[in-house]
Amino acid sequence: MTNSINEIPNTKVMFVIGSNATEAHPVIGTKMKQALAKGAKLIVADPRRIDLADHSDVWLRLRPGTDIALINGIMNIILANGWEDREFIEERTEGFEKVREAVQKYTPEVVSKVTGVPEENLVEAAKIYATAERAQIFYTLGITEHTCGTDNVMSLANLAMLTGNIGKESSGVNPMRGQNNVQGACDMGALPDVYPGYQKVANPEVQAKFEAAWGVPLDPNPGFMIPDMFEAAVSKDLRALYVLGEDPVITDADANHVRKGLQALDFLVVQEIFLSETAKLADVVLPGASYAEKTGTFSNTERRVQMVNQAIKPIGNSKTDGEIICELATRMGYPFEYQSSEEVMQEIAKLTPQFAGITHERLGTQGLQWPVPHAEHPGTKFLHEGKFTRGKGQFVAIENQLPAELPDEEYPFLLSTGRKLSHYNVFTQHSPSLEIHSPEELAEINPSDAKQLGLEDGEQVKVASRRGELNTKIMITERVPVGMVFMTLHYFDSPTNVLTNGAYDKVTKTYEYKVCGVKISKV
Amino acid sequence: MEWLTLTIDGREVSVPKGTTVLDACRMNNIPIPTLCHAPELTSAGACRLCVVQIEGMRNLPPSCVTQATQGMKVETQNPKVRNARKVILELLVANHPLDCMTCQKMGDCSLAEYAYDYGVTGEVYQGEKRNLPIDSGNPFILRDQNKCILCGKCIKACSEIQGKSILDFSHRGFDTQVGPAFNLPYNESDCDFCGSCVSVCPVGALVEKQMVGKGRPWEVSKVQTTCPFCGVGCNFDLNVKDGKVIGVTSNPDAPVNGKALCVKGRFGMDMIYSDNRVTTPLIRKDGVLVPAEWDEALDLIATKLGEIKKTYGPNSIAALSSAHCTNEENYLMQKFMRAVIGTNNIDHCART
Repeated sequence: MTNSINEIPNTKVMFVIGSNATEAHPVIGTKMKQALAKGAKLIVADPRRIDLADHSDVWLRLRPGTDIALINGIMNIILANGWEDREFIEERTEGFEKVREAVQKYTPEVVSKVTGVPEENLVEAAKIYATAERAQIFYTLGITEHTCGTDNVMSLANLAMLTGNIGKESSGVNPMRGQNNVQGACDMGALPDVYPGYQKVANPEVQAKFEAAWGVPLDPNPGFMIPDMFEAAVSKDLRALYVLGEDPVITDADANHVRKGLQALDFLVVQEIFLSETAKLADVVLPGASYAEKTGTFSNTERRVQMVNQAIKPIGNSKTDGEIICELATRMGYPFEYQSSEEVMQEIAKLTPQFAGITHERLGTQGLQWPVPHAEHPGTKFLHEGKFTRGKGQFVAIENQLPAELPDEEYPFLLSTGRKLSHYNVFTQHSPSLEIHSPEELAEINPSDAKQLGLEDGEQVKVASRRGELNTKIMITERVPVGMVFMTLHYFDSPTNVLTNGAYDKVTKTYEYKVCGVKISKV
Repeated sequence: MEWLTLTIDGREVSVPKGTTVLDACRMNNIPIPTLCHAPELTSAGACRLCVVQIEGMRNLPPSCVTQATQGMKVETQNPKVRNARKVILELLVANHPLDCMTCQKMGDCSLAEYAYDYGVTGEVYQGEKRNLPIDSGNPFILRDQNKCILCGKCIKACSEIQGKSILDFSHRGFDTQVGPAFNLPYNESDCDFCGSCVSVCPVGALVEKQMVGKGRPWEVSKVQTTCPFCGVGCNFDLNVKDGKVIGVTSNPDAPVNGKALCVKGRFGMDMIYSDNRVTTPLIRKDGVLVPAEWDEALDLIATKLGEIKKTYGPNSIAALSSAHCTNEENYLMQKFMRAVIGTNNIDHCART
């Protein structure tokens, strides 16, 4: 997020697109509701009638996968009415003219046809967002989990720059990160092309710096991204995989393909706290420790690095994940001799400019928001004040694109996937209380579709795509539009990702979890 | 900022303009009992327990809703004030079950604390007791309305923190109750089980079900930590007794969330003790995963990865790191792959 979570209650305008905050980021959702109670305006763009849609001033019920058309349409209206921030465009950005040209053809009439959103709602949304003194965009996986995810994000950046809504308190572009430490895992360089702090592996100076620090020669070529790994496993270019705390058999799109990839490996190591579906395929399973059993840090979606403090000893004969990695490195001839996670953080701080001023002691009970460039720095509440990382903000003209697979005669329903409040990814099913509270998948289907298929609320159905099939109970609800089915990723008994499409965004290789074609039949 | 000077119990104190008398006292470590007040909620002035005497005012005003003014003279502990508070407590205790011995809230109950301080025994007013059913139809919150003192904090937490407004008063007088619409049990209402109501309840009317019978406040140590679920990064206290986590309670100083949490953060910690935990290394032998010693498992991995690296090169090995693990562990994992194995084949579910 470019802004901070506690700026939300005082914000004036929120544009929430592809984000079901009250369920996927519940405490951020409550802060949005606190802002509404103080009179803030809310624009929601979502095909589903999510809780926030009921609290919105304008709800844009767009067809899944038409986000770019929607945003271009809003920009078209802003420009037609002269609501753009000319001073900001002039001083802080470049490439505006190309975007102005590109959005010309996205008239309200055209966009309404493509997205299904009434013209007057488009105008109202554009007016609220563009004429606000300060406005924030919030997005999540509804934007990124498309084959055009990167373009969706750049479209939102265009919109924010067009109206000067970035780089100020309560004014910015805020992707809300999904997992507890997905921000931190990225920050720490658990990515194939960057070292900690997003320092490129292909940059010779960076390479030299890490070679000096670690005392070994390092590879300047970026490695495999996740989808590449499963492909490479099938083609035998990849022989061994070490999986730490992930369950790709359940969480990655086109799960049957993932399973095939894992089975093709010569050697699979899984380090996990539960015997996950992926662990069941492993040659060796190493028992890691839960958050309550270790000390370290997580970085949240607003870049706040916070302490995780050990409360109990690792359960049974398990060990903390850090300890296991250190023992393995040492056995492979490169001793990792850290006495504590604090000592690891000291090394991180030395090598990572954004973390340079971070120590466990300084984090204390309140944490620090990176960048923290030195030991006295108080942390950074919001980003891009006065200047973007690359200097001038780059406008990029983006055209609307279709999802890789849309419903057709054979698979007439559009399946979209996401999270629900009572569960978090795949491991809260191991919480006995949450399991009692919310024990099974309830695929959402519109009443008119249910009627046509002769289905009753709570009935078991078979859902099938080109890639797999599963059984699930259904919930008949107008939350989903006609022709759409919504399922979560939470349940082992209805593993939604056997259905989803493995097609991915060309830059980030993020799977298109939000759109694929399925058919539904009685069991 | 404009500052005011007032006298509290003969002591001159300065506070910013706009401060309530209650906050002026608390800023200066002058204790005032409260039941319906919480710093993160709007003040109701409902319980009247925070009354003080202020020179020139006819009655005893509740300090939580009285603004401090320049030159104000406040007395917080004189006999008149203490007696007024004692009467309020006597009335509250008159219909309150005195099963403190078995009450989960014992040791953390504001009513019990003040009753003790003010010498309230429950003998002065003997009256009718309530006999309402206990709401235990959900796995998270135990609701005993017989213990409710109608302070209204849960109602405010539900509407002001959570924005849900599930709870409100119903009925009148002695029959007044707090609950969801139509007095439905929590699990039949629209309640999300965020537990904000539990976090502000001053008595045993709302308690964490999982913690019932598991430990008394004085036996429990609290460890502040960061939630392992979504990316919001809420902080809370793990409650630990005898080396075991027995529950989660809000930590009001949590930088992101204050007392607010969601159902997963507050109640999902029981996954730590799930029967599905792997608690010993497993090695596949004859197609089946069987328990093994750490040395055997780690040596096997070191040997196999070493052989594969030698035969097929470092780029034939890859790792998925974890968005659930700590920064330090992710750092170690990428260093392991880059410096020990010699490949950049490391990724995680960064984009999902």
